[in-house]
Amino acid sequence: MGRTWTLIRRRLLQAIPVILIVSIGIFGLLELAGGDAVDAYLAVTGGGDPAFAERLRQQWGLDAGLWVRFLAYVESLVTLDFGWSVVMSKPVSVAILERLPNTALMMGAAIAFSACLGTLLGGIAALRKGTAADAGITVGALVLNAMPSFWIGLIAIVVFAVKLAWFPLGGIASFDRPDLAIGRVLDVAWHLVLPVTVLGLAYMALYVRLMRSAMIETAASDWVRAARARGLPRLRIVRRHMARPALLPVVTMLGLQAGNLLGGSVVVETVFAIPGLGSLAYDAVSQRDLPLIAGILLVGTLMVIVVNLLVDITYARLDPRVTDDRVRAGGA
Amino acid sequence: MLKVRDLAIRFAGRSASEAGTLAVDGIDLDLDRAQVLALIGESGSGKSATMLALAGLLPKSAKTTGSVLLDDRSILHLDEREKSTVRGRRIGMIFQDPGGSLNPVLTVGDQIDEVVRTHRRLDRRAARAETVSLLSRVGIGDPAARARAYPHQLSGGLKQRVAIAAALAAQPTVILADEPTTALDATVQAQILDLLVNLVQVEHVALLLVTHDLAVAAAVADRIAVMYAGKIVERRGPEQLVTDPGHPYSRALGQAALPFVAAGDGRHAALPELPGRMAEAGGTACAFAPRCPLAIDRCRAQVPPVVPFGDGEAACFRAGETAQ
Repeated sequence: MGRTWTLIRRRLLQAIPVILIVSIGIFGLLELAGGDAVDAYLAVTGGGDPAFAERLRQQWGLDAGLWVRFLAYVESLVTLDFGWSVVMSKPVSVAILERLPNTALMMGAAIAFSACLGTLLGGIAALRKGTAADAGITVGALVLNAMPSFWIGLIAIVVFAVKLAWFPLGGIASFDRPDLAIGRVLDVAWHLVLPVTVLGLAYMALYVRLMRSAMIETAASDWVRAARARGLPRLRIVRRHMARPALLPVVTMLGLQAGNLLGGSVVVETVFAIPGLGSLAYDAVSQRDLPLIAGILLVGTLMVIVVNLLVDITYARLDPRVTDDRVRAGGA
Repeated sequence: MLKVRDLAIRFAGRSASEAGTLAVDGIDLDLDRAQVLALIGESGSGKSATMLALAGLLPKSAKTTGSVLLDDRSILHLDEREKSTVRGRRIGMIFQDPGGSLNPVLTVGDQIDEVVRTHRRLDRRAARAETVSLLSRVGIGDPAARARAYPHQLSGGLKQRVAIAAALAAQPTVILADEPTTALDATVQAQILDLLVNLVQVEHVALLLVTHDLAVAAAVADRIAVMYAGKIVERRGPEQLVTDPGHPYSRALGQAALPFVAAGDGRHAALPELPGRMAEAGGTACAFAPRCPLAIDRCRAQVPPVVPFGDGEAACFRAGETAQ
């Protein structure tokens, strides 16, 4: 356990400069993008004269110079006060915390779904290398990956929600919420089936291909030949000597994919009308709600950091060689 | 106990019309408990293919004929399920690269435990006790702690000892060792050879040692079979094979392996080199004739029969003659 704690401490320390750089980047990008919250507000409300716009800018503190606004931005971040969201008419932290669980739930389920199914299919493809099953799995995953997820999402809605009516059209929960807690959980799960499947399938191809190539490699390894020479049962060789070492690149990819998945959730949440961080980000960007955008991006960064921390811990448990090196490098 | 008769192995060609490659061309081997038989020859002589055939590890594309009897039961043409009861349980195997034969993400104890549990139906705790005992029997100090180590935490020599323990774990009657010391330092090499010879006596197993190194074979084997182009060309006791080889190929091997002996006066003799390449197996002449300093017309016209020579036999028309 000592090693794991060392790992966590080091990763959290590394997160500080990452968050700093990301927040400066966010400010810079929004500054470069041009147009501010007042422009967006007037565009939505049907316009107003320049004097009104000027008054709004003064009121929202947007008339100050670049440095003044940047310092104000940094100050609010350091004090963990993310400011007021004009779009949502509530504090940014409240707006984000309302939406975070939905996205975290959806993303977690999608990661688990795509990694588990992708690993399983990739493993099967590796064992059946060169057969029709292998070709079917590899090509099928690639096709799903190549199709835009909003399109798969819309098709899924048409087929499974409209025509077959197996699943709801969108949203995260029914309006008439069930009374029992278990009922509410099942209700949310029922709402999440389509979006999680769509998001997961789109990202599955990567795991299929990674697992397939890694397992073809381990299948040809000397230790698998040695395990066969020791007369171990086939299933045991496949699980412990082929699949387990092959999981290492898959776990690494999980961390790298977390950020992409957050980006993908913007599209999927919009299509399925799920009140999550993705759709909140969409609203915030289209209405130039700077504090809200900054807050969402920072929370997204934090989520990616946390996922990568979990990935590192898992990796260290799967591969004993890495733990030693990392902990040593960490000065423990 | 292990009885190989007229074993031939042919690897399939790339298409059905191609004849494929004959790797082993009808060999006989006999091996008893507490005995060491060394099979020596250069790369491509068919020694490793022979070993894989005995272990049932040849790829499906390889076709085998002849017979392999282990305690009077045929083990050559078994289905995959029957094979796995022979592998490990009756035949243990040791490979060249000690690091490669161990899974890097499992502790060495786990990898021996699973062999013990698969073949001997022990519970977890009893299996670990057996693993620790095995590690101690292959000369590993502090075996209980070492069992919890991962392969990368052990030296090459220790890893080979672990691989030997894993090969012994199911109490097999035969151990096949494929160049078990080639990847190790010279001093470690000697320790591992000592260990193997010792285990053959203590555990009462038969050892088939495959190597290209005559010095290694001569140091540990009771009998040596020299393989060339898929055939056994000489079969002798180690002392006689070194001092009085019958086959010109054995002589050449001896000169390559023991240059100091060949030079005689303490100076380095240049390593002798065999001209040309190894002929393909299965021809109608002596396969060694193209490279042989003693070859006569007869050698190029017919396959020399095996004739008694010294304390064994040799397949050569001019057995025992020298070039001078």
